[in-house]
Amino acid sequence: MTEELLQLKNIYKNFGNVKVLKDVNIKINKGEVVALIGDNGAGKSTLIKVITGVHRPTSGQVFFKSEEVVMKSVAQSRKMGIEAVYQERALCDQQELWRNIFAGREITNSLGFLDIKKQRKEAEKILRDYIGFTSKAITVDSTVMGLSGGEKQGVAFGRSLYFDSDLIVLDEPTMGLSIQETEKVLNFVKGLKKKNKSAIFIDHNIIHVYGAADRFIILDRGEVVEEFNKDEISREALVQKMIQLHESGKIKVEA
Amino acid sequence: MNNFLNSYFIKTHRLEISITIIAVVLFLIYFLGAPHVFTRFPIYRAFMQSMPFFGIIAISATFVVTLGEIDLSFPSIVGITSLTFGMVLTATDGNFFIAFALATALGMFAGLINGLLVTKIGIPSIVATIGTLFFWRGLVNVISQGSGVAIVDVADGTWHHTLFVEKLFNKIPAQFIWFIVLTGLMQWVYRYHKFGNHIHFVGDNKASSQMMGINVDNVKIIAFVQLGFFSAFAGIFTMYEMLYFWPTQGSGLMLTTLAAVFVGGTSVFGGKGTIFGTFIGVLIIGSLESGIVALGLSGFYVQFINGLMITSAVTIYALIQRKKT
Repeated sequence: MTEELLQLKNIYKNFGNVKVLKDVNIKINKGEVVALIGDNGAGKSTLIKVITGVHRPTSGQVFFKSEEVVMKSVAQSRKMGIEAVYQERALCDQQELWRNIFAGREITNSLGFLDIKKQRKEAEKILRDYIGFTSKAITVDSTVMGLSGGEKQGVAFGRSLYFDSDLIVLDEPTMGLSIQETEKVLNFVKGLKKKNKSAIFIDHNIIHVYGAADRFIILDRGEVVEEFNKDEISREALVQKMIQLHESGKIKVEA
Repeated sequence: MNNFLNSYFIKTHRLEISITIIAVVLFLIYFLGAPHVFTRFPIYRAFMQSMPFFGIIAISATFVVTLGEIDLSFPSIVGITSLTFGMVLTATDGNFFIAFALATALGMFAGLINGLLVTKIGIPSIVATIGTLFFWRGLVNVISQGSGVAIVDVADGTWHHTLFVEKLFNKIPAQFIWFIVLTGLMQWVYRYHKFGNHIHFVGDNKASSQMMGINVDNVKIIAFVQLGFFSAFAGIFTMYEMLYFWPTQGSGLMLTTLAAVFVGGTSVFGGKGTIFGTFIGVLIIGSLESGIVALGLSGFYVQFINGLMITSAVTIYALIQRKKT
């Protein structure tokens, strides 16, 4: 039996007069990878920011592990087991990796001073075991500034695995990456399923999305317009569906 | 030698090393140019006496600058809190605790207003703190009506006077010891406390910090509040040293204090800085005037050389930064 992890009910989000999300209803089961597909401005990023506590919905309900929750902050959603790997990768360029990995979740003593030894040791473990960095050029003392796009993505993934999150939200994780690095990211997403973790995967590339996801949710101008299980639709049919949606005007066609 | 230059310590402490070299060269020039002054103790005692007044604020302001923000209002916060301290101390016939509590609470309140204007209203800190700079100085003028407040009768010879400005072994001014201890403590907080860590993250990238669960607004507000507190604290030192409040108190602190922070290597863009650098920056900026005069140059050179120092220091840091990226 499938166990439900996250449910969004009638979510609306307005920024001033602009309605960015309109009556969004989504369910994510345990061990399931769900792809959110849609054009720029479809509301994908806003939706995941609602899920991760960056934005509070204007109205609607969020259920996590069958309990209704009011997501007030990123810190709260992380504590509950929701971790985001953002498009911007949520890393600070000038700071060392051992600081970046634990940003906002520092290991401290009761007075709030960092346990540097432990943070460095754990960061080392994350770099070697969770991310698989083998290059001696990258150490816990390296700053983010010197890393490639794929390496940055690796750090963000490693962080989410280390904190043993139940739901990992991936916002365009393959954007700007080389083919090799993209492959690594897609393998990571497949690896999540084996660990019975759930993921929400946002990507523009249908080929990437199709390989990694179990279910596809198509968003357009803040609304869920279609939803398919992978066994209901082939990759080609999904591409066709997107084209049809464009042509029928349900999805805005880019100029 | 090459190994040493490429070592981890050198790589991670380039800024601190550069600023120390600049300070050593400067003091060598003083020493060689005016040995009759710089081989004797009185000049160092004078430095130790005067530097902490702006040094304590510079150390505290390093937190705000690392955030990528600026506070121009602290000279007026020094003014209003010193006035409060003087008035309460005389009104309570020398009750240090009440005077200290009220003055520092007012300093923190002033910092809180700055923090709220920047975070909740969204006014750029340079603009918000120009407003509060005038506001607090204006209030000083309105309350004092241009007159000073003498605290000599209620402060001179008291234990609190000894604690703040008396000379240890008749040589080392207490304020310098306070300055050293505070520098050490603040360095520790800056690099190794969760708050200092968050200051670096917010200054580096506000959006990323938010996504990592850091409460950006709170970090900024606390930074402005602590600067308000330390402005009041520095004002109280000045009060004990002078035993008198004058309505322009603090107004000459702005440029020397911020110059010390920038000469110390803290990036105006945020995310990077050093408390040790600011400390050395205080030694440099605080010694320039006496140093230049001791070298036999006229006082007219002070600003010129000050400008030269600041410009060369920030140029060196910009070049180091460019090399890194």
